[in-house]
Amino acid sequence: MELRVENLRASLGGARVLRGPSFDARGPSFIGLVGPNGAGKTTLIRAVANLIPFEGDISLDGMDIGAIEPRARARKIAYLAQGAESHWPLSVERVVALGRLPHLEPFRAPAPSDEVAIERAMELADVTRFRDRDVLTLSGGERARALLARALAVEAELLLVDEPVASLDPYHQLGVMEVLRAYVDQGRMVIAVLHDLSLAARYCDRLILLDEGRIRADGAPAEVLTAETLRSVYRVEALISGEGRSFHVLPVKRVE
Amino acid sequence: MRNRDYLLINLGLALLAAVFFIASIYVGRGGELLVRKLHAIDETDRSLAWLILKEVRLPRALLGLLVGATLGLTGAALQGLLRNPLAEPGLIGASSGAALGAVLVFYFGLAAGSAMFVPLGGVAGALISLGILYMLSGRNPSIVTLILAGVAISAFTSALTSLALSLAASPYAVYEIIFWLLGSFTDRSMDQVRFATPFMVLGALLVASTARGLDALTLGEDTAASLGFKQESIKARAVIGTGLAVGAAVSVTGVIGFVGLVVPHLVRPLVGHQPAKLLLPSALGGAAMLLAADLLVRLPMNGPEPKLGVVTSLIGAPFFLWLILRTRREAP
Repeated sequence: MELRVENLRASLGGARVLRGPSFDARGPSFIGLVGPNGAGKTTLIRAVANLIPFEGDISLDGMDIGAIEPRARARKIAYLAQGAESHWPLSVERVVALGRLPHLEPFRAPAPSDEVAIERAMELADVTRFRDRDVLTLSGGERARALLARALAVEAELLLVDEPVASLDPYHQLGVMEVLRAYVDQGRMVIAVLHDLSLAARYCDRLILLDEGRIRADGAPAEVLTAETLRSVYRVEALISGEGRSFHVLPVKRVE
Repeated sequence: MRNRDYLLINLGLALLAAVFFIASIYVGRGGELLVRKLHAIDETDRSLAWLILKEVRLPRALLGLLVGATLGLTGAALQGLLRNPLAEPGLIGASSGAALGAVLVFYFGLAAGSAMFVPLGGVAGALISLGILYMLSGRNPSIVTLILAGVAISAFTSALTSLALSLAASPYAVYEIIFWLLGSFTDRSMDQVRFATPFMVLGALLVASTARGLDALTLGEDTAASLGFKQESIKARAVIGTGLAVGAAVSVTGVIGFVGLVVPHLVRPLVGHQPAKLLLPSALGGAAMLLAADLLVRLPMNGPEPKLGVVTSLIGAPFFLWLILRTRREAP
């Protein structure tokens, strides 16, 4: 799978948010999209999900994403919004099953392959234990995993997730990152908007650092998260140490 | 919930609706006499009984079935579309538009011309208010815009209806309008049923076609879009379908409240709260409930029949209050 983004421009409420970022990505790969608040991270993945109007080109395996038929596109690109919620008290299993909607034939019941995909997604996100519980009565960490399982159930080649670990405790943060990592290791691509730089660096193969709608750095985590980029983009002095799975970034003070 | 349970719920509700439908044909003033006449040896008696059955009782039972199913179905669909359990078919303004259209027919004294003028006026009113709704809210309206535009249209058409009432030349017209507005199945003919049915069926098909889209909307508009559903199309089908079906229903029977609000509430827990699975049982439940209510108004054997719309609201409102109290008690 190959994703190509070229000279992407998008505006929100008249203000230009994306100023022409371009990048290529080949699966399998876990890409972290990092950058300060207002850098355009959410806008970028919403553009890739074809949820907002944009200028420039986004293509998947050489096909312009706007030209792909919506249901076919929905099978290729899954999207998990930040703080997504269920409006009705569905059971966890029913919520996960919603991920199979793009695969269902009109007027047909779900196929056995859909049932298998639902089981697989619940297994991967570790929500099988409470499959019959009402999703609205789950704890924040359990609910985040259930909604993630919904996105996994699409079994799309490209999964876009917006701040999947925000408001989760460390245990559940690691849990979600491990699920995403495992999904990538099945041969797929994940692009995740992340604010926790240490987590991003430890789990992602590649980081894209966005600032004011432009890409400021793009590459392996240790290359992107340097003292210099943290100072100029995030405006913080940070301690950086370790490597691989123990790499971490500790912001210590603001740069005036 | 398993598929078998879902099937059983639907079968149960369909059976209930069927029982009330048959009861609706045979029960009523002179019911026994009617049955006796049907088995009479005298040819004239028998054909008279058949005539009453076909021209009086059958349209009434058919209207109960169709209008009840319409209200239950569209109520469930709108609650799913707006993701709000308080939504009801009247919310988008089509039913008050239909009411105004029918009232204007009475106001100008055209109702006596043909039994078809009132439903025609009603459907025209519903279509015009749907058109205005779309003009007001744009091509891809947000849910809030849709609700606000619907409320504005409802308020304005209700004001015009009141104006027609206060300016009506003869007290007889006022009497006719008020009685019609209260909602009833009495004295409706097969012609009116035949006129309204295509609109109700077309509307119901449009609404039913949104079923999976409504499921996708459970997780919000963005998620629904990312699952391959076009927002404009789902909203348009649900709103226009509801407008057509409910507009046609109101134009024949007058305004019947609370069925579209209460029935989806009752059925929702039975089907695991899933919007798509709610549509069919809600339609069947709506038919059963309205047929039952129409049997209830026929119980008093002397004096005038209470109007159906009054009875559904009289039972529906306290019942709804009870539902709210129960939900509040269950909430943590």
